[in-house]
Amino acid sequence: MSWINAIVHGILLGGLYALLATGLSLMFGVMRIINLAHGSLALLGAYMTFLLTEHLHVSTYLALVPVLPGALVVGYALQRTVLERSLRAGELVPLLTTFGLILVIANLLQYFFSPDVHSLGSGSIGSASWRVSSSLTIPAFDALILGIAVFVLGGLHLLLRHTQMGRELRATAADADTAELLGINARAVYARATAIAVATAALAGVFYAMRSAFDPSTGPTQLIYAFEAVVIGGIGSLWGTLVGGIVLGVAQTVGARIDVQYFTLAGHVVFLAVLVARAVAQAGAFRLRWRLA
Amino acid sequence: MSVAVERLPGVHVQRWTRTSAAFTTALGGLVAVLAFAPVLFGANTLNNLIQLYFLVLLAMMWNALAGYGGLVSVGQQAFIGIGAYAVVFLSVQHSLNPFLAMLLATLIGAALSIPIAAVMLWLRGGAFAIGMWVVAEVFAILVSLDASLGGGTGTSAVLAFNLRYDPAHRLKYTYWAALGAAAVTLVVLYALLRSRLGASLQAIRDDEEAAASVGVRVRLGKGVLFVLAAAGCTAAGTIILAWQLSILPEGPDSIFGVNWSARMIFMVLVGGLGTFEGPIIGAVVLFLLQQYVSNSGVWYFVMLGVIAIGVAIVLPRGVWGTLQDRFNLQLLPVGYRLRQR
Repeated sequence: MSWINAIVHGILLGGLYALLATGLSLMFGVMRIINLAHGSLALLGAYMTFLLTEHLHVSTYLALVPVLPGALVVGYALQRTVLERSLRAGELVPLLTTFGLILVIANLLQYFFSPDVHSLGSGSIGSASWRVSSSLTIPAFDALILGIAVFVLGGLHLLLRHTQMGRELRATAADADTAELLGINARAVYARATAIAVATAALAGVFYAMRSAFDPSTGPTQLIYAFEAVVIGGIGSLWGTLVGGIVLGVAQTVGARIDVQYFTLAGHVVFLAVLVARAVAQAGAFRLRWRLA
Repeated sequence: MSVAVERLPGVHVQRWTRTSAAFTTALGGLVAVLAFAPVLFGANTLNNLIQLYFLVLLAMMWNALAGYGGLVSVGQQAFIGIGAYAVVFLSVQHSLNPFLAMLLATLIGAALSIPIAAVMLWLRGGAFAIGMWVVAEVFAILVSLDASLGGGTGTSAVLAFNLRYDPAHRLKYTYWAALGAAAVTLVVLYALLRSRLGASLQAIRDDEEAAASVGVRVRLGKGVLFVLAAAGCTAAGTIILAWQLSILPEGPDSIFGVNWSARMIFMVLVGGLGTFEGPIIGAVVLFLLQQYVSNSGVWYFVMLGVIAIGVAIVLPRGVWGTLQDRFNLQLLPVGYRLRQR
């Protein structure tokens, strides 16, 4: 695999990470909470799809038709039962409860589906690719995922900008108390945001599972990739997650080009490098303020 | 105890009550008695007690970070793993006495935590939590890529211990190391929280912005807690290695595994986040659950998760915090109380 090939594959892989990161970013933007169970909910979506494909013998794509609305319901219920109370109990509590959810989801999946590795079929497109030159091929499936990621992000952008629901979401994100004074039901808004976030997570989880094998412990891996994409792209920016996802994807494929074992490590290193750069910049600004004061 | 307290007419400022003085003395006595356990009990009991001690140590350290610094970390297993692997590195590869290696490893963990703190403490809330998780993953990957440390299939320190000690002595010394580490950490944390810095840490816990606005050095306080928690978790890692001898680098239940965070969060939440005594009670609860219900497997972790979620929502002050509020109790006082004369 040539370097250019590695970079192109990384860009396409970035679409998957952006899709994973979308819901995480949305929930942080609206409620200022980071849902540690985000990756586990993505994985749950993959397992539910697996269940349908196994028992009803339908294709993965068809199985998404009931799974995605199901994920909306799960998200809505999650907000109304656990997250809403957590938000009220204090700033750190949502972290603790969503971490608890990771344990519950991972271990229940292990109980019902065994710790074995599973995979989801991706149809004929899964192995198709366009051969551009002898050293550059474009995998059709990854291109499809990138397209879906852009579609989802674009849809969310339009929803936030141009619909009544989007205006309510933005108003609540800016100032929930004032929004309530103006007659917006913040609790309902939060529940809708979580429902959308969990549905995008499930979608991402299913595509993740079509690309690579999964087992009950892969939820945290997906959370970490999603979070790295969010941080690299800039926390709270929807299109930033696409940039962050692509940077992460390129880091991983270029790292793997050096040595296959460096795939995950290279992504972590770029993420940590971004954190170090930000720490240096903030420490600089901190000292400057201190000197001026 | 040089915290200046303004004299108010008709009000008496006190730290100690008769109950808390009696309890602290009793606790000191208990530790002294426990030091003789290797003479009194068999290997089974010692193995169990070692487990209890490192759980207490881990719970206190996680509470120091989250309860006093407001720093929820799901990556403290980074230091547990560093401690265990540093002992392997020093004692297996460089033939150092394994117990000396445990001490040195703790210092290595504390030293490594300083540059990590410099980067991670700029993050807040969930970003800090997952950032620390990535740090733990990075160390796990680095270790598993290093063939001399056993690579992905793990390693063992059996030889390093067996070369110098027979199994009975190894257990005895490990027991004392575990008791010593837990007791020293308890005393250090207690002294720290009662000092001037401790008063500012409790102010940070209660309201970070307000504390900063009255001149509390928030970053310094958090940095001290971070390094202390790192050293404590590293020490726990060295003890876990000496206790179970074989370790794996990758996977949820490995030495770098996230299940350690699950145990820490459970103990602190159940005991009482931000109370001094709570985590010790939480550690005892987890220890008893492991003894009498289950100590591994699917339902054990489902139980930990469900209880943690329930306690966080219904009983945010935990068992001890709730009792403390109701009965105005303080057994190991780190604050002051006002009483009318």
